[in-house]
Amino acid sequence: MTAVSAGQLLPWLLVAPLAWAVIAVLIESRRGALTIAVHAIGVLLHVALGVALYTSVARSGPAAHALGGWSAPLGIGLRADGLAVTLVLLTAVVSAACAVYVMTTERAAHDADAETPRYFWPLFWLLVTSLNGIWLAGDLFNLYVGLELLGLSAVGLVALGGSETALSSALRYLMAALLGSLAYLLGVALIYAAYGTLALPELAELIAREPLTQLAIALMTIGLCLKTALFPLHGWLPPAHGVALTPVSALLSALVVKGSFYILFRLWFDVAPEAVTPLAAQGLGVLGAGAVLWGGWQALREPKLKMLVAHSTVAQLGYLFLFFPLAVGTGVSAAALATQGMLLHLVAHAFAKSAMFLASGTLIAAAGRGGVADLAGIGRHMPMSLFAFGLAGVSLMGLPPSGGFNAKWLLLQSALASGQWFWLCVLLSGGLLTAGYVFRVFRESFVESKDSQFTPTPRGYDWVALTLAAMAIALGLASQAPLSTMTSGLRVMAGGT
Amino acid sequence: MSPIPEISGWWLPLAVLGTSLVPALLIMLLAEHRQGVRTVLNLGAAVVKLALVAYMTWGVAFGNNYELRFGMMPGVDFVLRADAMSMLFAGLSAALWLFTTIYAIGYLEGAPNRSRFFGFFSLCVASTMGIALAGNLVTFLVFYELLTLSTYPLVVHRGTPKSLNAGRTYLRYTIGGGAVLLVGVALFTSLVGDVSFADTGALVSEASYDATLLRVAFWLLIAGLGVKAALVPLHGWLPIAMVAPAPVSALLHAVAVVKAGAFGIVRVVYNVYGVETAQALGVLFPLAVLASITILWGSVRALFQTEIKKRLAYSTISQVSYIALGIALFGPWGSIGGLAHLLHQGLMKITLFFCAGNYAETLGVHDIAELDGAGRRMPVTSAAFTIGAFGMIGVPPLAGFVSKWYLGLGALESGMPWVLGVLVLSSLLNAAYFLPIVHRLWFRPQTAPWPDEHSFGTGETNRWLLIPTIATAVFTVGAGVFANMPYSPLRWAMLVVARVYTQ
Repeated sequence: MTAVSAGQLLPWLLVAPLAWAVIAVLIESRRGALTIAVHAIGVLLHVALGVALYTSVARSGPAAHALGGWSAPLGIGLRADGLAVTLVLLTAVVSAACAVYVMTTERAAHDADAETPRYFWPLFWLLVTSLNGIWLAGDLFNLYVGLELLGLSAVGLVALGGSETALSSALRYLMAALLGSLAYLLGVALIYAAYGTLALPELAELIAREPLTQLAIALMTIGLCLKTALFPLHGWLPPAHGVALTPVSALLSALVVKGSFYILFRLWFDVAPEAVTPLAAQGLGVLGAGAVLWGGWQALREPKLKMLVAHSTVAQLGYLFLFFPLAVGTGVSAAALATQGMLLHLVAHAFAKSAMFLASGTLIAAAGRGGVADLAGIGRHMPMSLFAFGLAGVSLMGLPPSGGFNAKWLLLQSALASGQWFWLCVLLSGGLLTAGYVFRVFRESFVESKDSQFTPTPRGYDWVALTLAAMAIALGLASQAPLSTMTSGLRVMAGGT
Repeated sequence: MSPIPEISGWWLPLAVLGTSLVPALLIMLLAEHRQGVRTVLNLGAAVVKLALVAYMTWGVAFGNNYELRFGMMPGVDFVLRADAMSMLFAGLSAALWLFTTIYAIGYLEGAPNRSRFFGFFSLCVASTMGIALAGNLVTFLVFYELLTLSTYPLVVHRGTPKSLNAGRTYLRYTIGGGAVLLVGVALFTSLVGDVSFADTGALVSEASYDATLLRVAFWLLIAGLGVKAALVPLHGWLPIAMVAPAPVSALLHAVAVVKAGAFGIVRVVYNVYGVETAQALGVLFPLAVLASITILWGSVRALFQTEIKKRLAYSTISQVSYIALGIALFGPWGSIGGLAHLLHQGLMKITLFFCAGNYAETLGVHDIAELDGAGRRMPVTSAAFTIGAFGMIGVPPLAGFVSKWYLGLGALESGMPWVLGVLVLSSLLNAAYFLPIVHRLWFRPQTAPWPDEHSFGTGETNRWLLIPTIATAVFTVGAGVFANMPYSPLRWAMLVVARVYTQ
């Protein structure tokens, strides 16, 4: 067996999905077994690459690669530390699950001679490419390129829904995405003007606490918060995630919003820990708390199932921002606990939310209508989808055993260690609100009514959702290993700020 | 030296858990009409589990250790461990699960959604096993929450608006309680670290920690556990949850939910804080007062109930607090009384709920007033009910008498003689609400036709319902008469208590 080093693998994580995006365009007019086979190969290859990269970096440490042999500052530098490769693997797994869901739909549609939306696959592969580009980028400009590409492919996927509401939601999403990128780009320009480089490791050495830098970081932060749909900039998210096709919603909520958050994290804690202030961090925490409470409240009142899940995403993203006040200006142990909790939450939410969206889509397909009230009595007909929905809900509520619980526990411990009781209350209320809206769905499903009609759905749907939900649960029993990979080498773990 | 080989028993706790977890998943996947397979799975798992628990109990009696431990997340281990205390609860769950399963199979014959029911039923027992075997607070919390989730579908099983509303109330209490417990566990862990349960308490010396924060953590833990243990004023969910099918009520009341709360209190006082530390912190006296209030309040409310199941529900609230009371009486006698009652109350209460279910299923009787003359129509069930009721009152030589006797000794030993008054008053109240039922059963003639009578051939009711009822009634007598035999509930409680006190 020849050992392939992580550095050699890196470019392939961009090249392979990009190649499949091109292939997808070429075979776009064809339907049926051929497309399914081609994309299945692509998905398998992508997962294999993700696993190989993860194991290689987890075993022998971070890697870097200069595309085409051009090193910084001219070329495109890729780098992979434990966090980046974990997110690459997460992307590979979740996108593979969504792809299988789409393939199941296509097979069922092919058998029934029905149409499936066009242009899904090229956009899907473009989305995967841009996500990998973000996780592996080595400088601020490549991060911008990834961010822009991610936004555009995501908007395209939302628009696939085809309906008038889908188009208007996509348009609104596009505006938010462009505005966010613009703010980010302005910040990048200011940084370049001040320091003459955009490479992350070099900037980390240079950056100082001075007004212009802080302005640049503030601009980038605002742009990224808009893209991550941080309360109160979240208005675009529920319609976009709520009306998109089911597997698209899953991709958006599980992965896409995490892309901009990841950049924000790198910016604050890898690049410019000297320039950020505890006050700003507290501010982000307050907005995060607002998201947790407002998103949860909206989900409690929402009559439509997929919109409910979308509001839940707003709330769950809020937890990520509670990390900032726990990690900036606190002690080493509080910051380390907060980092572990936040990263675990990011991963657990990706699994749980994609599972929940897929299960919801299946339930809606069976009920024929999208209201929560339309699920009355569905328990008898769709036990597997409900089970997947429930397992995902356990993780979102932060009940054990689940990745969501472990994440909440670590954040709680961090809040206690830094003596910030306020965030503890937010964490708890968020969990209670989540329980409220998750059990709303179950309450309907347990109604015993004779007159409701449900259409059978393909079995494959349930298996995909169950697999993802099971991963969110399994993460609760085995979070040591992924956490130690993710946090290895992060500056914040050593008390960077 | 131990007469059985010192096997490294990490797989035993896992196997005990697996004997309900695996069947739970298999049963849920099973098609609704596969009744035979489901019954074999249910009963087979229950029997295997009982055998494993018996084997483990034997080993623990001789000082063997069975532990499974792995890192769950940074700073926290997942620990399953069998100690003498865990076998107390595991034994109760394993034994009563077998009977409740038999009962439920008969009770739900022909009803819809049985795969879902038995799936969650098994999951519920898996949770109680996990609670029994949890070796630290976080692992305990894992299964405590799993219990909430697995009992909800059982409470709302009928799918009527009434049961759905009951389910909502149930969740509000239990999820809220779980959140409070989480804060308590998190606070305790942040103070002391992730410590495993130890016989004389995991806190080595309370002097090295902030006593106020330790007290805050204690009351947060008790509040979180008190919801499930139905301590007044956190008991509101219990009477409402009575809409569930009879085997569920039996399980919730005798084994799973209220006992999980009570057992948690036992764990916190004995194996987390240590009874001597708890005494030094001054938290035992308020706990005794709280338990006494609950005992009297539950009994008084029971007096005014006209439905059989509702009266039994308030009786549960009262009786479960005997356990907390025994724990709060500092001294070995009180502890023995409280721990023995954990088992005794389970046996007696499950008998009473089985009987209530038999009356409802056979005669359609739900109200106490309709029971006149039921003793002639259903003599075996009524005899079992009478045994359970007398046991609850504390008539010798039944199980309840043994508990109350030791609790009384404990009251004197701990210097709280007023507790004797509580015990006497409560017994009088027990008599006041149980004896009228017994009187109606045996000494009043039947005045009206039964509301909804079913015939089951030669027997007085379905055999699946009758056999478990007889069995638990016999145990209620046996636990009292043979209290001094090895492996009786009393003797096991004594063994536990001998390990709990350092002097």
